[in-house]
Amino acid sequence: MPHADHTPPPDEPRDPGVERHNARLGLVLFAVYLTGYVAFVLVIAVAPEWMGVPVGRLNVALVAGLALLLGAVVLAVVYALLCREPAKGNP
Amino acid sequence: MNTAVSPLAVGVFLFFVAVTLGLSFWLGRRTRTASSYYAAGGGVPWFVNGVAFAGDYLSAASFLGVCGMIAFYGYDGFLYGIGFLAGWVVALFVIAEPIKRLGKFTFADALDAKFNSRGIRLTAAISTLVVSVFYLIPQMVGAGALVQPLLGWPHWAGVCVVGAIVTVIVATAGMASTTWVQFIKGGLLVLFAAGLTVLILNRGLTADATDAALSPQTKETLRPSGRVKTLPDGASQTGPLDPVAFLGTLRESEIVVWRLDPSSGEYRPITKPGADLLRPGVPPQFSGAATDSPAARLNFVSLMLALFAGTASLPHILIRYYTVKDSAAARKSTVVGIATIAAFYLLMLFLGLGAMTGGNLDVSKSNTSAPRLAMTFGEVPFALITAVAFTTVLGTVAGLIVAASGAVVHDLLGGFLRMKLPDTAKVRLGKWTAVGVGAVAVGLGILFETMNVSYLVGWAFSIAASANLPALVMLLFWKGTTRQGIIASVGVGMVSSLGWILLSGDTFQQVYRLPADRSPVPFSQPGIVTIPLSFAVLVVVSLFTRPRPA
Repeated sequence: MPHADHTPPPDEPRDPGVERHNARLGLVLFAVYLTGYVAFVLVIAVAPEWMGVPVGRLNVALVAGLALLLGAVVLAVVYALLCREPAKGNP
Repeated sequence: MNTAVSPLAVGVFLFFVAVTLGLSFWLGRRTRTASSYYAAGGGVPWFVNGVAFAGDYLSAASFLGVCGMIAFYGYDGFLYGIGFLAGWVVALFVIAEPIKRLGKFTFADALDAKFNSRGIRLTAAISTLVVSVFYLIPQMVGAGALVQPLLGWPHWAGVCVVGAIVTVIVATAGMASTTWVQFIKGGLLVLFAAGLTVLILNRGLTADATDAALSPQTKETLRPSGRVKTLPDGASQTGPLDPVAFLGTLRESEIVVWRLDPSSGEYRPITKPGADLLRPGVPPQFSGAATDSPAARLNFVSLMLALFAGTASLPHILIRYYTVKDSAAARKSTVVGIATIAAFYLLMLFLGLGAMTGGNLDVSKSNTSAPRLAMTFGEVPFALITAVAFTTVLGTVAGLIVAASGAVVHDLLGGFLRMKLPDTAKVRLGKWTAVGVGAVAVGLGILFETMNVSYLVGWAFSIAASANLPALVMLLFWKGTTRQGIIASVGVGMVSSLGWILLSGDTFQQVYRLPADRSPVPFSQPGIVTIPLSFAVLVVVSLFTRPRPA
């Protein structure tokens, strides 16, 4: 279904309230992840020896790296669950 | 290092690639309009699109480069994986939905939806082309690394073959088929990586401290390498291990890694404690993080910033937002994409460490680590992994070439030159552009043979993040953004990051073969300077070009 240039698809209903809610939710979750990522990068840059501290049989570097990978997935699922959909048939 | 060509492996490989290509042609027959060529008609199911996101993203760089870098340097390679995934958080939470509402085909559409400006079209199209070409280089290098152990062909032959096949795919099919190819390939890549991980854990670790395993090598006397020297408690082998025990045992072992001694041309063995290889800062990639040099630390932070900010600004990732029907579908696609990609990088940690200790490394070529690891489990796993990696290269290159030809036909000809072209002419011109871009990429792929592909991808991310991200973010979140601000930001971001890379110490050393200390820039990764610069230019120019109230 080709659309004319520069117009959103006609089947997409718009709802400013929903868009605002979703955008704010996205920014909050982004801030959460950004905090973790920045902390991770800064510790490596400033105090890399902390990354070698043992955690069980692993170390901080491995645990933090795995937490960043899994954290992204968890936050993405949270986002998908909490986002609102525009009401259908209300363009 | 030459390896015997196995007919079975070649047969499995050819079958797999033929099926993928056949599917591509079959699905591509239905390409009729410009919309279906460039954006698959907006009708791809979200789950398929999500895995295709992963397929697009998990390029040769992810598979060959990250695995190779972990195999050579340990945890530092894993940092690339963490950065590559983190970029998706920006894409999903900040960019995905607003951009889907703004545009239709390309990055330039999104930027230009508000202003309808020829200048924006021109700069965005050039930036799309530059980023696409820089991203194509590592894919082509990866292609060469793949066919070498499989077919025994030289690097340049592999690059040419991939270039030719992909150009045919794109020139005949377009986006509808690349989405399906990416879906199949993205799914298989993760499944095969999981399968290999199970085999690695099941094999466990074996110690080998014989003299034969430890004598230096030259380019002429390369032999399969990469061993654990001693295991904890003097054990000779561990038997099957669970994932935590695998990492824990490695941490308590001593491992032999190989480094090139530039003066003698020899590869020398270095015994490292596993604890050092499983934390960041081991030379050479981020050696700075573990030294006191502020420039080296900034270099590391700069790379991590570029990886974080680059994903959302890659043109071939953005166009996939337009291949599903609405914002909700784009969001769900991205969640599926993130989960798939996270699983993949987790598996890469085990593949990389498996390659490091699996005894079959080519110490002169990090990019061949993954296929050579698969070889240790037999011909069929080797052929399957090579085939899926090869189609990875094909798929990623196809997506990039579609993005590049979209930039030329839709933005340069249609948007900047205001040419009114019928649909058939648009598709035809797009195909010719694909041929041209493919040829350029082949040439550069041959030139950059020995560089690690993840490292090369880092460059593409730096340019994308500097040129595209500030304009995109400010357009979405700052009402004061003007047309001139966007043009200046994209232009300055692109020129400054590209210039920085061409003048960097790494480029001096590895591309121009000049001493790194003659480079005029203080560290190699541009992002930490050029991304803020591009933001600042946008704000300043926008403030100066504000429309005056009537």
